[in-house]
Amino acid sequence: MKGTTHVRYELLRALRSWRTLFLSFALPLVLYCVIVPVNRHAVSDGISFPLYFMTAMAAYGAMWGSINPGARIARDRAKGWVRALRITPLRARTEIVAKVLTAYLIALLTLALLYLAGTLFGVRLDAAQWLEMTGLLLVGLAPFVAVGIALGHVLSVDALPAAMGGLVVLLALLGGAFGQLFPRGVMLTIVKLLPSYWLVHAGKTVIGSGSWPAEGWIVVAVWTLCLIPLAVLAYRHDTGKV
Amino acid sequence: MTTTERDQTGIRANGLTKSYGSVQAVRGIDLAVAPGETVALLGPNGAGKTTTIDMIFGLARPDSGTVSVFGASPTEAVRSGWVGGTLQDGSPPDQLKVRELVTLVASYYPHPLGVDDVLRQTGTADIAERWASKLSGGQAQRVRFAAALVGDPDLLVLDEPTSGIDVEGRIEFWQAMRTVAERGKTILFSTHYLEEADANADRIVLMARGGIVADGPGTEIKAKVGSRSIRATLPGAGLADLRALPGVLNAERHGDAITLSCSDTDAALSALLSSFPGTRDVEVRGASLEEAFLELTADEDDHDNRNAIGQPPSPSQEESR
Repeated sequence: MKGTTHVRYELLRALRSWRTLFLSFALPLVLYCVIVPVNRHAVSDGISFPLYFMTAMAAYGAMWGSINPGARIARDRAKGWVRALRITPLRARTEIVAKVLTAYLIALLTLALLYLAGTLFGVRLDAAQWLEMTGLLLVGLAPFVAVGIALGHVLSVDALPAAMGGLVVLLALLGGAFGQLFPRGVMLTIVKLLPSYWLVHAGKTVIGSGSWPAEGWIVVAVWTLCLIPLAVLAYRHDTGKV
Repeated sequence: MTTTERDQTGIRANGLTKSYGSVQAVRGIDLAVAPGETVALLGPNGAGKTTTIDMIFGLARPDSGTVSVFGASPTEAVRSGWVGGTLQDGSPPDQLKVRELVTLVASYYPHPLGVDDVLRQTGTADIAERWASKLSGGQAQRVRFAAALVGDPDLLVLDEPTSGIDVEGRIEFWQAMRTVAERGKTILFSTHYLEEADANADRIVLMARGGIVADGPGTEIKAKVGSRSIRATLPGAGLADLRALPGVLNAERHGDAITLSCSDTDAALSALLSSFPGTRDVEVRGASLEEAFLELTADEDDHDNRNAIGQPPSPSQEESR
């Protein structure tokens, strides 16, 4: 199959990056394993803390994994590699599909690691719930994949880590990855407009209704539909490809 | 997906112009490279070589004029895998080893060469397991060359392929290039070095200030720009007499100062001193390429600066000074 080599090497490059290993795998896993033992029997947002924090850390690590292809794009641009690819027959479609697939595969690895850790600390869900949660997380990551590609093609390699770091940490924090900051009130209404809120609460969702309320789907869909055209525009503007 | 038909026209560029802001990088050039030909684009920095190459690759769109590669648009030619090459800037990406990088680029092309063969041919086999982003300048340049070759394109376009390579590396590079040329591939490369262009190209296209100044076999270009010059103070001598001296290609006057472009400075100097005993302040110097270019293009505002192949600058052009 044409393009499989490109996807394979794209994934290999992501797995060889310290950034991926630390931010997507090590950091959320270590935070989980350090914080959960002392809060094992706590309740957060109406569900057990190990489940709440498992979803939160899975979402946090996966946000990093799905936005990170942008960091690689910016470095490749700075090195002239994006331009060098333009004089090869590599198709725009292959290039973008490889970035998206890599983002999702790394995110899935993060989820697997955190699910394993959660299970070790007593999280029990049935098979359908595990699958539903995974599905919700993957859908909710779409805006992050798009924003990563957009930023990677627009920002300089110096500006990018700060912009991405700020964005992910802020969205994770407001979304409740490090604890529910706004249990009620107008701030809760505002943070519910962020895709990270729905990622972090995927765990609560699956033991409750099983799916996000319409509000959640709309928020994720609107962000995704706004950011995908931006990513495509940024890609086209930067590479001249259509 | 449509497959574009390839014809045997090689590169055809007609009336290309390209400006970046107020800078006119390329001002109306015509260039034809036949299939199987090796052509050097020779010129100093700012001559328009890279802009021309970018338009052949389809990386830059001409403001006016057309360019075709094997009868197709540059973008179609690149997408079909007929074209490969190296750009002037750029270094290999992170997190890939040399062999992986070459394998990756090979996967983009319909009929690539064997990766190991290409590594051997480009002198990169011994660094195949090194990180491609952590090589010296010369090694990185070789890896880029390997990546350009591995797709086995019909047209190779190389923008300053030997910059940053040491002498030994250059020799190996040109050996590899000759093998490519012998297989009937079309090659266009740019360089600052006259000797390099002369030794490795069938034809040299001399560029300066965004235009083509001369286009012909190396010997003719060499006679034009490779000469040395004599400068001296000599009031009253006729330019025609000076041009008639042995070893003198051309003579110019600026006030009392004369400049003789010479094919043989030894013969010219002894003839000059015996014919014109009043000659003072004699200076013999190798004309730098930059100077030669400037001289060749000095009259461009008044004259069509493109000389026919092999023809020396016309006397009228000289006397207009």
